[in-house]
Amino acid sequence: MTHIGIEPGRLQFSWISSAEATKFVDVVKDVTDAIRALGPNTHFVKTLPKVA
Amino acid sequence: MIDYTQKIREIAARLLKEGTVDMVIGFRKGTVPMMNEPCFIRKPEEADRLVWDSHCGINLANYLYDRKEKIGVVAKGCDSRNIVTHIVENKIKREQVHVIGVPCTGMADKRRIGALSEKDGEIREVSEKEGRITVKGDSFTKTFEKKEVLQDNCTTCLHRNPVIHDEMIAEPVEEQTGIDPFEDVKRIEALSPEEKRAYFQGLVADCIRCYACRNACPLCYCPTCFVDESRPQWVGKSIDPTDTMTFHFLRAYHCAGRCTDCGACERACPVGIRVRQFTKKLNKDCVELFDWEAGLTLDERPPLDTYRPQDPNDFIK
Repeated sequence: MTHIGIEPGRLQFSWISSAEATKFVDVVKDVTDAIRALGPNTHFVKTLPKVA
Repeated sequence: MIDYTQKIREIAARLLKEGTVDMVIGFRKGTVPMMNEPCFIRKPEEADRLVWDSHCGINLANYLYDRKEKIGVVAKGCDSRNIVTHIVENKIKREQVHVIGVPCTGMADKRRIGALSEKDGEIREVSEKEGRITVKGDSFTKTFEKKEVLQDNCTTCLHRNPVIHDEMIAEPVEEQTGIDPFEDVKRIEALSPEEKRAYFQGLVADCIRCYACRNACPLCYCPTCFVDESRPQWVGKSIDPTDTMTFHFLRAYHCAGRCTDCGACERACPVGIRVRQFTKKLNKDCVELFDWEAGLTLDERPPLDTYRPQDPNDFIK
C-alpha cells in the first residue's frame, strides 16, 4: 500500500486477543494519535456527485 | 524458430496418434501480424496449424484448468511456472498435463515494434530470421534486432527454460545472468509518497476497466471475480481514479506470491498500461521476505499459505 502512495503510518496492523482489553485501548489511542498527526486522508477518497 | 514449429507439430501429431493426450494446446498464426492465438488441436492431422515464433506471448497455462481430458501443452519458461502454480493450487493434476517444453529467448513486444514503425503505416506482415524480426507494410520494410524489441518482462527474465516438462523440443537456452529484475521497482521505492501516488495514478489514468489483464492472467480463475461481485460490491465499477486504483492494487494482491511475471496482463491491455508495476513490487517482496519465486517447485507450499516461525512480523504492533 505504501508503494502506491499511502503515507507510511496510515495503514497499521495489530494482533490483539479478545482477552487483551488494555492492549486494545492502547492500540486505539496510539493509532488515533498517529492518524490525527497525519491529518485527514485526502487521497484514495471517492467523491460522489451530489444528487438532488 | 522455424524448426521449433516443425518440432512442435511432430510432437503434437505423435502425442495425439499414440493417444498420450486427447488435446494439444499451442499457438496458431493470428489473423493480424504479431498476434498469435491459442489453438486447440484434437486430431493428429490438424497439427500443421501449430506455429512457433516470437509472438507467442500469451500464457497457455490459462487454458488448462477445469478440463477433463488429458492435455499436451506447449510451454515457455513462464508458462511452465504457471503450470506448476496450477498444480500446487490443485487446479490440475500433474498426470493430466503433458508439458512440451520450449526453451524461450523472449517474446517480441508488438507495441514496441508498432511504435517504432508507426510513421510508416500499418504492419501487414512479419517474419523472423536469426534473431531479427522483419516487418512489412504497404510501402515499407523494417528489420529489428529481436533483443531490442523484447517484451519488458522478457528482458529481465531469469527462467527462460521450462521448470517442468515431459519432453523438450530443443536443448535448453542459456539463462540470462547479471540482471536486476527489480530495478524499476527500486526506482519507485525511492520516491516520496506524493510522487509514488502521482506515478501510479498516471499509470492507470487510461484504464477503461475492461479487465483484459485479469482475463489474460492464468492466476485469475475465480468463478466470480471480486470486480464482478455486486453483493457485496468490493470495488466501485466506475472509472473514477480511486475505483480504478483500487481494482489495480487489489488485482495485484490476489497475485501475491503467485505471479510469474509472464507479462500476459501487460500484453493484453488495450491501452498499454504497465500493469506489471503493481505485481512486481509484490514479487520483489516475496523474494526479499520469503526467498520465494512463484512456480519453481512442486515440493514447496507458497509463502502465503504456510506459516513459518521466522516469517517477518515487525509490521504487526
